[in-house]
Amino acid sequence: MGEIIEFTVNGLKRRIEVEPNELLINVIRGKLGLTGTKYGCGIGECGSCTVLIDGEPALSCLTLAIEVDGREIVTIEGIAENELNHIQEAFLDQGAVQCGFCTPGMIIMAKYLLNKKRNPTEKEIKEHIKGNLCRCTGYINIIKAIKEAAEKMQNSNVKAISKEL
Amino acid sequence: MEKEIVTLKEKLNVVGKPKRRVDAKEKVIGKALYVDDLRFPGMLYGKVKRSIYPRARIRVIDTSKAKALKGVVAVLTAKDIPGKNMVPIIVEDMPLLAEREVRYIGEALALVAASSKRTAEEALKLIKVDYEPLTPVTSPIDALKNTSPKIYGENNIVISYKLRKGDVESGFREADVIIEREYRTGYQEHVYLEPQGIIAVPGPNGSMVIYGSLQCPHYVQKAVSYVTGIGMNKVRVVQVETGGGFGGKEDVPSWVAGYTAVLAYRTNKPVKLIYDREEDILSTSKRHPAIIKYRTGAKKTGELTAVEVKYILDAGAYATLSIPVLWRGTVHAVGPYKCPNIKVDSLAVATNKVPCGAFRGFGTPQVIFAHESQMDLLAEEIGMDPIDLRLKNALEEGDQTATGQVLRESVGLKETIRRAAELSNWHRKRREYSLLKGVKRRGIGISTVFYGVSLGAAGKHLDKAASLVHVFPDGSVVVFQSLTEIGQGQRTVIAQIASESLGVKFEDVYVQQADTSIVPDSGPTVASRGTLMPGMAVIDACKRIKKRLAAVAAEMLNTTPENLVFENGEVYNVYKPGKGMLFKEVVKEAYNRRVNLGAEGWFEAPFTSFNPETGQGEPYFVYSYATHIAEVEVDVETGKVDVLKVTAVHDSGKIINPATASGQVEGGILQGLGYALMEELQEKDGYILNPNLTDYLIPTSMDAPEIEVSFVEARYSKGPFGAKGIGEPSIMPTAAAILNAVSHAIGVRVFSLPATPEKIYWTIKGSGRYT
Repeated sequence: MGEIIEFTVNGLKRRIEVEPNELLINVIRGKLGLTGTKYGCGIGECGSCTVLIDGEPALSCLTLAIEVDGREIVTIEGIAENELNHIQEAFLDQGAVQCGFCTPGMIIMAKYLLNKKRNPTEKEIKEHIKGNLCRCTGYINIIKAIKEAAEKMQNSNVKAISKEL
Repeated sequence: MEKEIVTLKEKLNVVGKPKRRVDAKEKVIGKALYVDDLRFPGMLYGKVKRSIYPRARIRVIDTSKAKALKGVVAVLTAKDIPGKNMVPIIVEDMPLLAEREVRYIGEALALVAASSKRTAEEALKLIKVDYEPLTPVTSPIDALKNTSPKIYGENNIVISYKLRKGDVESGFREADVIIEREYRTGYQEHVYLEPQGIIAVPGPNGSMVIYGSLQCPHYVQKAVSYVTGIGMNKVRVVQVETGGGFGGKEDVPSWVAGYTAVLAYRTNKPVKLIYDREEDILSTSKRHPAIIKYRTGAKKTGELTAVEVKYILDAGAYATLSIPVLWRGTVHAVGPYKCPNIKVDSLAVATNKVPCGAFRGFGTPQVIFAHESQMDLLAEEIGMDPIDLRLKNALEEGDQTATGQVLRESVGLKETIRRAAELSNWHRKRREYSLLKGVKRRGIGISTVFYGVSLGAAGKHLDKAASLVHVFPDGSVVVFQSLTEIGQGQRTVIAQIASESLGVKFEDVYVQQADTSIVPDSGPTVASRGTLMPGMAVIDACKRIKKRLAAVAAEMLNTTPENLVFENGEVYNVYKPGKGMLFKEVVKEAYNRRVNLGAEGWFEAPFTSFNPETGQGEPYFVYSYATHIAEVEVDVETGKVDVLKVTAVHDSGKIINPATASGQVEGGILQGLGYALMEELQEKDGYILNPNLTDYLIPTSMDAPEIEVSFVEARYSKGPFGAKGIGEPSIMPTAAAILNAVSHAIGVRVFSLPATPEKIYWTIKGSGRYT
């Protein structure tokens, strides 16, 4: 029989009945209709299903839904607020999107990285997204986009601070 | 109007600019809808029961237990197919569902539709198949033996071609040097990030709509009509956002849609069928493994005197696309070089393995690996720099290709070689790297290719494209065409072409996704034809509309149509710039005058020919060219290769969008790097041993080298604004360039792909060097 779990998804509280063996990706895509999170392999090899759980990246195809009871989840749909955020803008700017299937996972990883580290090096970016496969772009423009996003975020931080001063 | 476009429109406002992709915003916010993101009321989930033997007779398929499972709506076998049990590809040899015999592991036997995916999976386990296993034929060499079981036709040969030019024996007699080697290449799996998937929705009056992840909507329309018996007029195929193709969604969606449509037909419910990754790797097409025997003769001064090639492809169990794949490989077997005496014989041989098909490059990366290795061996033998040897033999305008085709225009090949050499500092690095000692050795290697754009003489009956363009009363424009956006940026490029042609703002053009009920059959989205063919059809439609608008605008501006310029959403008299009108004002007036502002466009591919007896003719109407130079570092103790940099110079004619074109090249290079060094699908006795992405490795971000892309834009007079094609040339030279660099680094050569660390290690060991 199902169990009721409560968790937050993209800032909204959710209460949902799940099976004990139900995977988080099926809850996100099927029950919540948040189809931006992609199902590429189902066994944690490709990174397309990456979401943030309590701020940490997780593969939703390997996570049981009951594990997220009481926790906070961010999916690709929760990244943009009113307008595109710096990472999304940079992905458009740098041509980091082709077929787009890996894009949600890549953007989630980029957000996590830039939350942790303001100015990552190219090597750190590469290391960070190595579990997310992309077959179209050759990664080149994804790496550039994450760099550009980091720079833009720093600039806007500087602007925000100087306004306050 | 013709004159106006040529003379007044030299200045381009949209074409040639790195416009942002029109589909990217939806993708970065997670709103782009792929097939698995769609749901329909009452939708069922489909699954396919597949063979576990490479070759076996089917005695009985017992579906009774599966049918009895709660939630199962249909379990179907071959006898339940309402139309023909046949997938129409090039020849008709492949049933939708095997009936009496299975010919490869993963071949479809039965179909299930159930209320949930899990129930459908349970039902598969309850289908009992009674097999009588037969001895499989799993190597093309075995298949060619007289003693081999006959698994395809009389001799297991799916197709063969030959190409004859001059007299190859006298060519070898004239040669000072002869290089003769054998090369082998393995499978390459596409690994589009989104697995195959289709939804079939039965509609009123016996109609059916197919939504899918696919490259070729018109192929799918035909296949669905075949297997369901529904007339093509009632089958509508809508391509939805597609998560990569690379050739893997050329023919395969025809049978995925076939399964789904048959289930939808029999249940009268929408059915969704999405492949698992393992199922996708086991049962869908791949790049053909190949054996290439290559003999090259040349003068001491470098001129080629003779080339003889024997090219064998492992086709797998059915023909699918082996016929055109082998044809393209045959035509490209000699490379972009002048040579008076040529003999090429090629065969595609059937085996009891998954059918191979289209993969970016389409039968050329295999022969390129061979001819570019040969060129380097030759250079070494005669003591010539590999660049100089290539420049000496490279095709230029007025030269004849291996098929006797005289190249009349748009041959940027030599410039790609020269520029790549310059950008990569070839001469300095070639010298410096040769002097390195120690565990880490560096090398630099080159590869040069040509690529016949579009379908060529073998597919000329399919080589046309249509478009439909509407201008609305607010001045906005919609473009329909039916080549597909599969990640390459096709819709963006088409929007640029339409915007430039009509002189409207880029933002005011919307390109719809492909839909077979709107646009006439435009052939497949393959062969780097997604810009040129529909681009010309879109220009044709835009010209018609512009002519009608020009008549109205000329009156409004008190001039003649020839003097009008349509540019950036404005229309003005060329002699009175700054005193024009807005495009939408002209449109409004045209609507008031009841002018038709919708038009169909059409384009037929220019002339091509091929004589099957001699292999001579003009197989393609134009060629793209490319040179890649790779720099590598090899650890001679472990065989591990790091690719440091790839310099890629491409002549694809006018580049419509430099950002998406570079994206194509960068992505192609990484796929080529994988093909060169790591992508190894292991097969034993017909079984694929590593059908997952843990054991079948594709490049990750850690493998991405520095990439420098440059374009030589040798314009093609019959292409849109001079464009040719870029998709496939982007992968073609990479593997050979990397292998040549590895050989430069370690001083010995690897003759098979992929050159894994183990293989390089043992090659070094076997050479007796570094001991």
